[in-house]
Amino acid sequence: MDLATFLVQCLNAVQYGLLLFLVASGLTLIFGIMGVINLAHGSFYMIGAYLAFALAPYFVDQFVLMLLVGTLLAAVFGFVLEWLFFSFLYRREHLQQVLMTYALILVFEESRSLLLGNDVHGVQPPAWLAGSIALGELMSYPVYRLFASAACLAIAALLYLVVNRTRLGMMVRAGASNRDMVRGLGIDIRLLYRGVFAAGVALAALAGMIAAPMSSVYPGMGSSVLIVSFVIVVIGGIGSITGALVASLLVGFVDTFGKVFFAELSGIGIYLLMAVVLVWRPEGLMRRGH
Amino acid sequence: MSVLVQATALSRSFGGLAAVDAVSLDLRLGEVHAVIGTNGAGKSTLVNLLSGELPVTSGRIRFGDDDITGWSQPRRARAGIGRSYQRTTIFDSFSVHENCRLSAQAALQRPWQVWQSAQRCADSRTVAAEALQAAGLGDSADRIAGTLSHGQKRQLEIAMCLATRPRVLLLDEPLAGMGAEETERMLALLQSLKAGHAILLVEHDMDAVFRIADRITVMVNGAVIASDLPQRIREHPQVVLAYLGEAHA
Amino acid sequence: MHAAWSRASRWLPAAVLLALALLPAVLSPYLMDLTVKILISAIFALSLQLLVGTTGLVSLGHAAFLGIGAYVTVLASPQGEGASLGWLLPAAMAGAAAYALFVGALSLRTRGVYFIMVTLAFAQMAYFVFHDTKLAGGSDGLYLYVRPLLRLGDTTLLDLENKHQVYGLVLASLAFTWGLLALLLRSRFGHALQGIRVNEARMRAVGFRTYGYKLAAFVIAGALAGLAGALLAIQDGVVNPELLSWHESGAVLLMIILGGLGPLRGAIVGAVAFTLLKELFASEGLVGPLAAHWQMTLGFTIIAFVALLPRGIVGLRLRRGSA
Repeated sequence: MDLATFLVQCLNAVQYGLLLFLVASGLTLIFGIMGVINLAHGSFYMIGAYLAFALAPYFVDQFVLMLLVGTLLAAVFGFVLEWLFFSFLYRREHLQQVLMTYALILVFEESRSLLLGNDVHGVQPPAWLAGSIALGELMSYPVYRLFASAACLAIAALLYLVVNRTRLGMMVRAGASNRDMVRGLGIDIRLLYRGVFAAGVALAALAGMIAAPMSSVYPGMGSSVLIVSFVIVVIGGIGSITGALVASLLVGFVDTFGKVFFAELSGIGIYLLMAVVLVWRPEGLMRRGH
Repeated sequence: MSVLVQATALSRSFGGLAAVDAVSLDLRLGEVHAVIGTNGAGKSTLVNLLSGELPVTSGRIRFGDDDITGWSQPRRARAGIGRSYQRTTIFDSFSVHENCRLSAQAALQRPWQVWQSAQRCADSRTVAAEALQAAGLGDSADRIAGTLSHGQKRQLEIAMCLATRPRVLLLDEPLAGMGAEETERMLALLQSLKAGHAILLVEHDMDAVFRIADRITVMVNGAVIASDLPQRIREHPQVVLAYLGEAHA
Repeated sequence: MHAAWSRASRWLPAAVLLALALLPAVLSPYLMDLTVKILISAIFALSLQLLVGTTGLVSLGHAAFLGIGAYVTVLASPQGEGASLGWLLPAAMAGAAAYALFVGALSLRTRGVYFIMVTLAFAQMAYFVFHDTKLAGGSDGLYLYVRPLLRLGDTTLLDLENKHQVYGLVLASLAFTWGLLALLLRSRFGHALQGIRVNEARMRAVGFRTYGYKLAAFVIAGALAGLAGALLAIQDGVVNPELLSWHESGAVLLMIILGGLGPLRGAIVGAVAFTLLKELFASEGLVGPLAAHWQMTLGFTIIAFVALLPRGIVGLRLRRGSA
């Protein structure tokens, strides 16, 4: 493998990993803070992608604006969903949460089928992000993928800052470990949870919107991303944003280079990675007591 | 009196915080060794270190001739170290008898004999009946454990511990939440158990402790500040200052 | 009244078995196929009941063992003639058990939600092996060209090209599975598993090496799921990777929740109820235009069900639980 190809694959790995991070961070936050396992999290990613497909005709030269609007819509959707459905799951056993959220996937998939059909769609990247830049003499790399990586990185940095450096983030972290204290401070914990959930949904949907021009929009995209997110959360440790980032990048690299070297069996690479982590550190790479 | 359990300089830290700090103590056959201290002194953590639920950060534990520091909890239990929990840890949905029978089965495991009905196993049934009788629950054998009163549940805690035929008993606040009559019954039980066992008793009830303990260790902030005969502990200046004064205020 | 019902219910399993044995005489081919499907689902659900209802281990990857049992059956069958059932069924179960040993050994190092996620992930790994590689026909699946037979010397005892004999084999397998699990549940091993479900901390405190017990339960459950898979391959004559999908894993979990967690009959009731519900929701004759979107109807039904009836159908006539 020559340097240019290696570089391209590294860029792909980072881009894939960062995109996964957006999805996994929402999942790990929701689980870490509210204790809910949500199988429907992958569906939010799928919803984001189909949202991009549906909104594209109305935002013809305003790609970034479309992303913002889509994210906002997703956040509102998440807010309402938590209020009507998820808030009743917090006290339930994991098994019931698994079943209820599994049922939710069925409802989402069928709804999408009814509203937008089952076809595979493409979404065009905006003109200013289409095209490629040259890497050396023989290779070029799509500009859109660089944009995707940059956007995800920016969001990751924003997430880190909010969770670790703001009062809001402190309340969120406190809400995870000590609900009564947070209530005692006069903060409405239900509103806090609703906000966290909405943020998780928005992150996953945004990831789907960003992914749409690259991976096309198809019915099964929710399931595949969900299971990979689970692997990331297991490897990185529940509740840990840093863990999710490290694990996402690891998964990105293992999956990308796996495809290059072991074409047929590349799909199982990340599960073997998970198996290794389980042997070595069952609580995850960055353990956070839960 | 023979020393059954010897703990040397046990420490356990969580992050930077030392919950248990270089604690040493002996448990002797025929003796009740009480451990007292204020909340957060590390008493429950100490019990968890001795029972094997938590690994030590440093220190050693000997049981008879063996160094059991690295042994898992089930292994220690099968070797003869039993414990009861501060928060009632029973099988709520099973009958009282089954609670003890299952505990007794641990020492008589023959899981490959699947053709045998567990309920008909004479060995575990006998041991269970004896343990229930000793703990004063002989009449309640067929009741569902979750329906027992609080005091009876605490008795069941002890019974389940006894059903494993231990030589060492680690009792974490067995008197918690008990009324006067139940306390008397429990103390009588502990007195009767003394002869054949080495007992570690973590308790807050000072009257009970002074009545039954042969030795008292006082812990503050994870470390031992005094370990002596009861009458000397009563007069120990540091103890009075740190603990007894507060408790009797 | 209660006592009379108790006495009667002891004969219930035998009565049901007899009724099922006589059923083919009156069923149309379509209904017989449906019944076989339900019976195989019941075996699958029973195997998961051992794991979830008895031991308290919520696995979201149980379909992997169903699929492996099915694939081993097809892969080990020679193209030209029927394989011998006498070693084919055990081989399928052994293959499933082997993967269960691997998955169980690793995933039992985790608890709670982690365990759920890890079992799902390992099932997905198996799915990819069958879906992406050429060794097993890829996403198109594989055909079982000649069904196995059971021979003793020169006589053919069981010719599985005959639908009635397949029915007999499946019914016998269900009886075997039920009998085995009933035996296990009343044994020391079974009581220990239930103890682990109710209070694992106490089990360890009295001296049980709980990891070993859980792993044994996981492997047995996997082997029985493999049996169901083998029967499925024999019944359908074709296997494909979707057998290992998490939709299958979710479905079997639903079955035991629907029927009732814990009691063996809960698994059977659940398998029957779930299969019939699916048929109902997908039947145009009964629900008209909704039939095409049966997944949504199923989804809403599950939500309502879990919300309102946490103990499942069997729990409707509540009995005091005791070991």
